[in-house]
Amino acid sequence: MPTVKIPPVLRAQTGGEAEVKAEGATVGDALRSLADLHPDTESQLFSPDGELNRYVNVYLNDEDVRVLDGLDTTASEGDTVVILPAMAGGSTAL
Amino acid sequence: MATDTRASIEEIQPFEAQQEIEGGGVVLIDTREPHEYQEAHLEAGKLVPPGLLADEIEAAAPDKSARTILYCRSGSRSALAAAQMEALGYSDVASMEGGIIAWQEQGLPVVSAAGMTAEQRDRYSRHTLLPEVGPDGQIKLLNSKVLLLGAGGLGAPTALYLAAAGVGTIGLVDDDVVDASNLQRQVIHNTERIGMPKTESARLFIEALNPDVKVVEHNGRLDSSNILEIIGDYDIVVDGADNFPTRYLLNDASVRLRKPVVSASILGFDGQVSTFVPYEGPCYRCLYPTPPPAELAPSCSANGVLGVMAGTMGTLQANEVIKLVLGIGEPLVGRLLLYEALGTRFTELKVRRDPDCPICGENAPQVPESELGKFPDYEAFCSGTAAA
Repeated sequence: MPTVKIPPVLRAQTGGEAEVKAEGATVGDALRSLADLHPDTESQLFSPDGELNRYVNVYLNDEDVRVLDGLDTTASEGDTVVILPAMAGGSTAL
Repeated sequence: MATDTRASIEEIQPFEAQQEIEGGGVVLIDTREPHEYQEAHLEAGKLVPPGLLADEIEAAAPDKSARTILYCRSGSRSALAAAQMEALGYSDVASMEGGIIAWQEQGLPVVSAAGMTAEQRDRYSRHTLLPEVGPDGQIKLLNSKVLLLGAGGLGAPTALYLAAAGVGTIGLVDDDVVDASNLQRQVIHNTERIGMPKTESARLFIEALNPDVKVVEHNGRLDSSNILEIIGDYDIVVDGADNFPTRYLLNDASVRLRKPVVSASILGFDGQVSTFVPYEGPCYRCLYPTPPPAELAPSCSANGVLGVMAGTMGTLQANEVIKLVLGIGEPLVGRLLLYEALGTRFTELKVRRDPDCPICGENAPQVPESELGKFPDYEAFCSGTAAA
């Protein structure tokens, strides 16, 4: 039962929730349970073939899951799954 | 008394002292007052003022049998201090004849605040008192050149603190004018200057704060035709751009020119900051290989941002810049710091170099000189309409 942290750009799809308790024993299960709970997040997270979108970084605690076992990385109670899309907010005139 | 003292202690010439210092294993003590030390001192010299010798010498020179060389301005105070130390049980003490004056006359190097005026020594005294900064660090700041991409939300607090810190040259790239809706967070602009180009408004602010800073206005947009010319003049670039094409363009150009980039972004109550030092750590593309689609990349003008967030993240950027200039501490290289203002939480994520990074990876194509400055169409790349 890891906790999934929702980035600001996805909170419209989670009804404003910033953290969601997820089901599952892997990072992939946790993200899919998030998509089940809040279906509007699915297309943001996953490509049509079920892979994680390339522009979404996912971390288990402080480590990028790409250097672990990807979506198969084990995630347990007490772990935090961080979804991190790039942000560009700053000066508006560049 | 001085004559008697000098007969009983060992005195050595500056060149002898220098040879011993280079050879290592020498404790070097500066027996002058703090203001003299701040103006100029020998690099390894530890300050122990004469009046504090009995109290402070053991901390500066804990080993009483170690070779210890003392110096002062002209050689008198250090001779007295040498005798005092021998009385305290130090067995191998020498005083440098002629002091730092003779040392400098022989062309030997000192760490000097000579580059600073009396006003500067006063203005930056809270910096120079820090051992990690000192007069030599302040001179590094005064000689440094930092480019701010954007004189807006992030650029404003960054510019404010870098100017106050005495960063000698601050370049500003922005093509916008001050708008009333900026003033909730862009603290270097003000109500009177609504309608004025932001680079000019920023220059007026910085000049009023610190006349030591030279402000270079780049009142325009950064694009592939001018980026190498503009960033080439600077030591460090601070990225506060609001759009992905500029961020990717800056990343690719800064990797080619090996310029460190301190990058931050803010949205709503959330911020991110990291420092990209080419080839020492990951680049922006190692972290974000692909820009998100437009619906996942809203702007502050569409979504809003808490004004103070700009201050929090902008001052973190200024802190990174100052550490890079001084070469102190641990910059955020290979680390992404996330800040959530609502929960007041910082989270640190590891970012690694991507061996397959198209820009800084092992197999990234070497860009020939003639191709430098030619960049792909970032607008198309970021909007997903690029041919590839």
